[in-house]
Amino acid sequence: MKIRVKLYASLAEHLPAGTKGNETDLEVAADATPATVIAQLGLPEKMCHLVLLNGVYVEPSARAATSIRDGDALAMWPPVAGG
Amino acid sequence: MAWARRILRVNLTKGTCTHEPLNMDWAKRYLGQRGLATKYLTEEIDPKVDPLDPGNKLIMATGPLTGTCASTAGRYSVITKGALTGAIACSNSGGFFGNEMKNAGLDMIIFEGRATSPVYLFIDNDDCQLLDASGYWGTSVWDTEEGIKEAHGDPQIRVASIGVAGEKGVKFACVVNDMHRAAGRSGVGTVMGSKNLKAVAIRGTKGVSVDDMPAFLKAAAAGKAVLADNAVTGQGLPAYGTQVLMNVINETGALPTRNHRDIQFEGASKISAEAMAEPRESDGKPNLVRNAACFGCTIACGRVSTIDRTHYTVVDRPQYQKASGGLEYEAAWALGAATGVDDLDALTFANFICNEQGIDPISFGATVGAAMEMFEDGVITTKEAGGIDVKFGSAKALTDLAELCGRGEGFGAEIGLGSKLLCEKYGKPELSMSVKGQEFPAYDGRGIQGMGLTYATSNRGACHLRSYTVASEILGIPEKTDPLVTDGKAGLVKAFQDATAAVDSAGICVFTTFAWTLEDIAPQIDAACEGDWSVEALLATGERIWNLERQFNLAAGFTGKDDNLPPRLMKDAAKTGPAKGLTSGLDKMLPEYYQLRGWSKDGVPTNETVSRLEL
Ligand code: SF4
Repeated sequence: MKIRVKLYASLAEHLPAGTKGNETDLEVAADATPATVIAQLGLPEKMCHLVLLNGVYVEPSARAATSIRDGDALAMWPPVAGG
Repeated sequence: MAWARRILRVNLTKGTCTHEPLNMDWAKRYLGQRGLATKYLTEEIDPKVDPLDPGNKLIMATGPLTGTCASTAGRYSVITKGALTGAIACSNSGGFFGNEMKNAGLDMIIFEGRATSPVYLFIDNDDCQLLDASGYWGTSVWDTEEGIKEAHGDPQIRVASIGVAGEKGVKFACVVNDMHRAAGRSGVGTVMGSKNLKAVAIRGTKGVSVDDMPAFLKAAAAGKAVLADNAVTGQGLPAYGTQVLMNVINETGALPTRNHRDIQFEGASKISAEAMAEPRESDGKPNLVRNAACFGCTIACGRVSTIDRTHYTVVDRPQYQKASGGLEYEAAWALGAATGVDDLDALTFANFICNEQGIDPISFGATVGAAMEMFEDGVITTKEAGGIDVKFGSAKALTDLAELCGRGEGFGAEIGLGSKLLCEKYGKPELSMSVKGQEFPAYDGRGIQGMGLTYATSNRGACHLRSYTVASEILGIPEKTDPLVTDGKAGLVKAFQDATAAVDSAGICVFTTFAWTLEDIAPQIDAACEGDWSVEALLATGERIWNLERQFNLAAGFTGKDDNLPPRLMKDAAKTGPAKGLTSGLDKMLPEYYQLRGWSKDGVPTNETVSRLEL
């Protein structure tokens, strides 16, 4: 199935070469979870601080158990803040 | 120690400058800066005074840590009755001015009365003079600052001034120091303008002492190590600035868009931190030139930017082609998502103008957003708008209005009323996205429920910095809470409000609290200042300050009914994102909040609370 992956700030360097902007479509296994996508993209786990599936926060402990569906959007950030 | 133990009282009506000892009993109960100056203000003015009347006072105040070697310890605040709100106003600024003021041996400068003609205050350590500012009146912050430095032949002088907007009564005028650092909110610059006070220029070389130097050096070094080791303050903020939030908040479904009609902006990625780092087509250079730090700051979240030289705003205008203060998240949101404009260069230009003429980009952008909605509804036409097509998404309308508002001219002067008065004027009060007359910042109270309560109860009108629950609800600092639920938010908001009031009174930057807790801050204050400044003492001080501000507002005529949100947030459900279908749950959170505060059902501190806090 295909999902939309969005990688921001320093994680953007892990997007496939030639990606314009911060997002791309990604073919993933039917039983994909945020944890499997992180592994598939070779993202340093410690840097995947904020993980949002369709805008909803996925706790670190739930990343291997949360199913992703076709067409979902998975967005990730390293530790960031603002004000 | 740490306190300079001295204030300067400037009577603008009489033209006198007098040093006085600091009231140390008050300092030990209100710490400094926000808390201590609020104590002075509330003791000295009639809460019902018109903010622009000479009877209102304006206080510039440093904290006990200002000017020390603690990280970020260069802050000062401007405290007055706000021109935009009629409520207590306290706007905090970084840069270098606060440090200079403290080094001139000043905890506070209290301005009272009104000068008969424009003046500026010049301080050279103990020497204080009111000087003629008629040559600077009608000029921008930038020209005033450069002019004063040149006139005194000293580039080391630090200047805080108002632009033309503050002179012309734009309700959300700022006090800007060091060219692009601002005490931005609530119209503190408007009050300064009403006093015919153009600028304060300081040279201070006296040094700042602390109570227990070895303990202080140790605590300050430990604090810096925590900031350096923390991924947010050590890496995230210096690299991406606050602007990294643009995509985060949009993805979360809490980015107020087009006057809060929507809560996700399709153009968010074009105006984000990531976009600021992208090389542009014309010259291959990105918008972001480098980061920047305020005095003594080891975080350095500031942005320095340039505008594409081929952009319509700067062609043939070399003064705007130079690098200058770049977009922070709040400004980028207000100038961008709130107006539907996704042109990064136009936003950067509007931001330059806000700095140059001293206007608050949050209130300005949000008010333009309200005007755009009224334009779309046909309530405002190009006739009222002086020929400008005030359409959502129009970069040209945004930048034209920034220039007009900065000079207080044409339809820009109407924008300068702020959204509350503007929407009332055109018979659409419900379209003002404000609380107590001050416009919302960059988070939607439907998508982040704690922020709805934060805005409704903020003593200076809608404000994110009074209790930044975004840290917990979105970023997981210090721990993650669910942004879509109301449970537990009353306690969360109160805890953030009390802790922040203490931090704002110390002389340090609130951004340290992405890494520091009060456990990191208390040892620094405790070593610098006489007395006991434990975590508990700081929290008690914060709560006392919050209640003092509340008492002032109640005496000024506000009631619990003003702890409210516009109907759009209470009745119109969010259309997209995780909050789809939700309105603000303020009615569930507010009674619990009052109870936790020890206030009556009407939002008045009970006698028991007043005596517990020794108010
Ligand atoms: S963190 Fe940013 S705003 Fe705060 S003192 Fe440092 S540079 Fe200034």
